[in-house]
Amino acid sequence: MRAVDAIMECLKAEGVDVVFGLPGGANLPTYDAFVDGGIRHVLVRHEAGGGHAAEGYAKATGKVGVAFATSGPGATNVVTPIVDAMMDSVPTVFITGQVRTDLIGTDGFQETDTLGITMPVVKHSFQIRDPREIPRAIHEAFYLARSGRPGPVVVDIPQDLSRADIDYEPVCDLHLPGYQPTTDGNAKQIRQAAKAMASARRPVIYAGGGVVNANAAQELTEFATADRFPVTCTLMGLGAFPAPHPQWLGMLGMHGTRAANYAMDEADLICCIGARFDDRITGKLSEFAPNAKFIHIDVDPAEISKNVPAHIPIVGDARNVLKKLVKEYRALDAVDGSRMDEWWSRIEAWREKHPLRYDDSSDGEIKPQYMVQALYEATGGEAIVCSDVGQHQMWAAQYYHFDKPRRWINSGGLGTMGFGLPAAMGAQVGCPDATVVCISGDGSIQMNLQELATCSQNEIPVKIFIMNNGYLGMVRQWQELFWDNRYSHVDMGSFPDFVKVADAYGATGLRLTEKSTLVDDMKAALATPGPVMVDVRVTREENTYPMISPGQPARDMVG
Amino acid sequence: MGEPATKELLSLADLEATTNLRTGRKHVLSILVENKPAVLTRVAGLFARRGFNIDTLTVGPTEDEHLSRITLTLDGALHPIDQVTKQLHKLINVLKIRDLEPGDTVSRELALFKVAAEGSQRAEVMQICEIFRGKVVDVTRRSVILEITGTTEKVEAFERMVRPFGLIEMMRTGEIAISRGRGET
Repeated sequence: MRAVDAIMECLKAEGVDVVFGLPGGANLPTYDAFVDGGIRHVLVRHEAGGGHAAEGYAKATGKVGVAFATSGPGATNVVTPIVDAMMDSVPTVFITGQVRTDLIGTDGFQETDTLGITMPVVKHSFQIRDPREIPRAIHEAFYLARSGRPGPVVVDIPQDLSRADIDYEPVCDLHLPGYQPTTDGNAKQIRQAAKAMASARRPVIYAGGGVVNANAAQELTEFATADRFPVTCTLMGLGAFPAPHPQWLGMLGMHGTRAANYAMDEADLICCIGARFDDRITGKLSEFAPNAKFIHIDVDPAEISKNVPAHIPIVGDARNVLKKLVKEYRALDAVDGSRMDEWWSRIEAWREKHPLRYDDSSDGEIKPQYMVQALYEATGGEAIVCSDVGQHQMWAAQYYHFDKPRRWINSGGLGTMGFGLPAAMGAQVGCPDATVVCISGDGSIQMNLQELATCSQNEIPVKIFIMNNGYLGMVRQWQELFWDNRYSHVDMGSFPDFVKVADAYGATGLRLTEKSTLVDDMKAALATPGPVMVDVRVTREENTYPMISPGQPARDMVG
Repeated sequence: MGEPATKELLSLADLEATTNLRTGRKHVLSILVENKPAVLTRVAGLFARRGFNIDTLTVGPTEDEHLSRITLTLDGALHPIDQVTKQLHKLINVLKIRDLEPGDTVSRELALFKVAAEGSQRAEVMQICEIFRGKVVDVTRRSVILEITGTTEKVEAFERMVRPFGLIEMMRTGEIAISRGRGET
């Protein structure tokens, strides 16, 4: 069998139903195999679009996303999605073509050291040196991508090796002696954690993307409601706990709610599950949660005590650990039910005094925050929302209330502008019956706008809502707040005309400028078949608040 | 959005103060890895991107042809050694890491010294070499090459002794280390 046909067999064995990619010289043989391979391939317009689409697919479905690219520029174009997937722990496999083995090292046409370039930013990578290694490498790649802490795996296949004739046999045994993720969680530590939670007077559960990755949202809710534990989630964890819930504090971190950040600041015990104490969460590290002890549950031992020393470290999969933790907690007797009364009245006071707020316009002007609220209403809160990066991302996180996991798909760790549209495309391919919305900015959307052609050609009906303020809004906000209003290269003008662009790409383009009809207009856009791009004109200069100024402690939030 | 959100100028002295902390607490890590392409690059790259400084690094085959051993030394106080080993463990090809205790470890390195040694100086240099149980491996009219094996401290002591004679060149392998007793390193 041709090695490339074996690749198709491997993908099918791994349950792959779609690949996002773009062919080129070095992966021509592989693309020939797609003709009869029985696997859907979505032809993207730029390999970065393919990589982000694979991420969006993975985040929406929980399955491994797959992207193909050719050698050289094809491979370098997927570097950003690879890093993005690494930072946000997205299970993805990238299969790149490489020049013929006799050309490797000669600066051949479209040759690049893909393995070398991607090495710092992958969970693992394989460069094929013998065609018989291909099936095993692909299966190991999928196993590595989805197990433990998920992440991107690269398989780089030289063109001549992919043309080889090999004996293909399904691979059942994987040989990864250096890879044994701990997933169970130490029983003694879990019991200790349960006891600590039972005696804490000011506890907070701080949950992150690890809960979503482990499909542990239900277990998280069970644990939180086994008592009256207040819950906050990171940007990556939104949806892991149902947003409209009495124990929900809102998102924490730089643009989180005051209730969440103040609760962290005054907590005596913080139970971190699948999060990593990123600098956007902690603010000034030396003044972070000064009175708290920490339980840290993570499948990646390297995260535990990396930034904040854990008192009770638990290495394990969030779902496994939470199940046991609930059991242990319920088995405890004589837990004082009233010990958190004071804590809750303090939290209630913060909530009441500092709700998320903005000054709405008195005329027809659309405030960006209102735009998100309108979208929430128009979609009934039931959409998969993919976001780009910037102010719109933060407002979406604040005002679109996610009550289920895998509904909020964004680029958190890397903060990749241009992520939103291709990710939405991937999410829609993975969930064809869902309403998939992309909230973007006029800056971000232009970074992978070409994928609108992919959506039109493949009838992928994503609905794009551009929060258009004519600025690189978040940078403008920082220049206003921290650099004395000296705006430097943030004004984007009103280019391009997004309605015309949508039309040119074969999609429907709309422009909305009136607040009073916004919800209905959005509903109409959502009901329009096929891809739709909506240019929503919002207040030009609006700041995202509240905010922990970088390097400052949470208690000094502004706005 | 990168840090910091301040337009205050940072002084170079402050910047240097935060990056040049050395305390001299040496750790010797013995890392057993799969003998596969690019493994050394993965290990070295990890150190570079996490900001861990390697002092010495040696790599070579082991008794098992599928495995290689990397021995590296680093300043442990400069970097939380725990974080270094956890990050190393995340590399798929890394099988085992030992942070070797100096008391339970035999460590050696080999060094070659090319020393200026003309006339009467030669005898003196060779005498020092003998005291350090070194070997003379090459002699010309104007120089000698000396081979020294031993702990890093011994090699450094030897260097101090011969430097005044005119040290033309020195090459060191970096340490290898093996744990004492019957158990595997």
